[in-house]
Amino acid sequence: MLLKTFDPLKGKQLRIMDENGEIVDEKNMPELTDDQVVEAYKYMLYARQVDLKAVAYQRMGRLFTLPPNLGQEAAAFGSAYALDKKKDWMVPAFREMAAWLYWGATAKDLYLYWAGSEDGNVTPDDVNFMPSAVPVASQVPHAAGLGYSIKYKGTDQVVITYFGDGGTSEGDFHEGMNFAGVFKLPVIFFCNNNQYAISVPRRMQSAAKNLADKAIGYGMPGIQVDGNDFFAVYAATKEAAEYARDGNGPVMIEAETYRRGYHTTSDDPTKYRTAEEEAEWEKKDPLIRMKKYLEKKGLWDDDKENDYVKHAKKDISAQFKEVEEYPRTSLEQIFKYMYEEMPDILKKQKVEMEKYLAGKEGR
Amino acid sequence: MAVMNMVQAINSALDFKLKDDESVVVYGEDVGLEGGVFRVTEGLQKKYGEKRVFDTPLAESMIIGTGVGMAAGGLRPVAEIQFSGFIYPGFNQIISHVSRMRNRSRGTITCPMVIRAPYGGGVRALEMHSESLEAVYGHIPGLKVVMPATPYDAKGLMIAAIEDNDPVMFLEPKKVYRAIKQEVPEDPYRIKIGKAKIAQEGEQITVVAYGAMLRTAQQGIAKAKKDGISVELIDLRTIFPMDTDTIIESVKKTGRILIVHEAARSFGVAAEIMSLVNEEAFLYLEAPPTRLTGFDTIVPFPMGEDLYFPDADRVYHHIKKVVEF
Repeated sequence: MLLKTFDPLKGKQLRIMDENGEIVDEKNMPELTDDQVVEAYKYMLYARQVDLKAVAYQRMGRLFTLPPNLGQEAAAFGSAYALDKKKDWMVPAFREMAAWLYWGATAKDLYLYWAGSEDGNVTPDDVNFMPSAVPVASQVPHAAGLGYSIKYKGTDQVVITYFGDGGTSEGDFHEGMNFAGVFKLPVIFFCNNNQYAISVPRRMQSAAKNLADKAIGYGMPGIQVDGNDFFAVYAATKEAAEYARDGNGPVMIEAETYRRGYHTTSDDPTKYRTAEEEAEWEKKDPLIRMKKYLEKKGLWDDDKENDYVKHAKKDISAQFKEVEEYPRTSLEQIFKYMYEEMPDILKKQKVEMEKYLAGKEGR
Repeated sequence: MAVMNMVQAINSALDFKLKDDESVVVYGEDVGLEGGVFRVTEGLQKKYGEKRVFDTPLAESMIIGTGVGMAAGGLRPVAEIQFSGFIYPGFNQIISHVSRMRNRSRGTITCPMVIRAPYGGGVRALEMHSESLEAVYGHIPGLKVVMPATPYDAKGLMIAAIEDNDPVMFLEPKKVYRAIKQEVPEDPYRIKIGKAKIAQEGEQITVVAYGAMLRTAQQGIAKAKKDGISVELIDLRTIFPMDTDTIIESVKKTGRILIVHEAARSFGVAAEIMSLVNEEAFLYLEAPPTRLTGFDTIVPFPMGEDLYFPDADRVYHHIKKVVEF
């Protein structure tokens, strides 16, 4: 039992693969086939291309402000991959792109959102997926409420919700965790501790030694994992999901990672951290170590990498093209989704604008 | 037919919906075992079990925020905030999520939840227990805001609110809770949200009121009647979406309007109605649209509250003032 062995209060952190792609904890290595591990790497590599392209498009002025994901792919993807996307619920924050893409969102959806259309929030019908939550940690109670609905209906689903180190300071984090603890709900509270809330470092968010310690106060197990180690993230989430699915209640996972990029494209990290620190974390990058692991096993090489990246870039460009050709939001759409049935008071405002627009065209 | 006060009428509505629809859950602080501090949910946990009618930890943002999740998961949450004056920690959830979910997900995820909260003053309550924030909720696109004035309306509006596929703020006038009784059918019925009621027909002036102020308005109108003044009284019932047609039609007939509410004046519901009348019935007016409201002050503690809340005499005074303009 990882949840028993890796007690955050004793300063323990689960790490299975080190920075050089070596397996340092064979005993806890999750059962995955070579094909699955290659698939996982491809998903993360694809997500990284979507992310890098997004920043590039933003710099060209073709997308608006967006939050880069660079360096956090293993935490996002590894956790999502450990769940059953055909039945479980995902309640995201806004920096888990690799998880979203695995759950069924497309690069087009993400780009559409950052290009300024609500349509980017629409998730596929066959998955359980809340839209991104912009106010920090405000999604945590939603996950708890979903957990309540699952327990109420007696289905064997679990919920995963994401938030960051900054999110753990918000009241909603505590209130949502507390509710899930009291009612023993099947929820995984997944903290992407990427060391910074914009410019404010992790140490300013909490005097607790580890953020995973917070689980204890809500009567649930907590575990800290190396968030840049796909295997550790996957193994911990897999066990948390089984634990929750079996009716034992919620779990909190803290994934220690690093936001290698900007908070958003409007941010300048040189103001609050050093190049040395960034270089240190670059060495711990989740994709670099996963590639090393695969290469050692003879499952991957530079040629495969280049081919795959080429293929991914082509696919992403095609999706971006669709976004650039996407129709502007209509007046109809602005009003249509406010209520199930449009109230007269909204109809009048819409008609007023339609008349104005018609007159303008007539001139 | 049974005679009920508003507490019993709302209880009867909740009872019906719990029986009628498996997906309805009723929860909040003290609503389970105790049946709420006002006893609105009394007996429901015993009847429907702890899974469907339950107490929660004491945290308003969580009460509302978990409702968003429950609704996404297919339930119909009816959350109680014990006093509307304690709802503010939940404002982020109301404004950022409850009201926006349908729109930001383009209709794929909705939030059919009811947030019940006893509001208003005049009951010698403790500090922070007497506010009326309906104008704030009315200003948040995506919400519906309902304020019943009578036991009969409370039952029909509550059933409609729970059945509504959009979020409804259901503000209950605690001053009325046990103050009036009337015949209320035991069987279910619905009152359409967004439709005002002409509580009394008249010719010379339109008075608009809602919630606890309806009764105050009726008492003031009774005094005016002795002077031979014919008053049309509109019970707004729903703050948003407001039934503007009923108001405008009435003002076109009477040429005069007085709006009564206990909430602070500036940027209030009365201000909205006066704008509306100016926009749509300007040429019919015989007197300036007028309002009788709470002051733009903090609601005073009980020793000062009689000066703050509009009463029958002040309603009468204002009716005369408008009619004699």
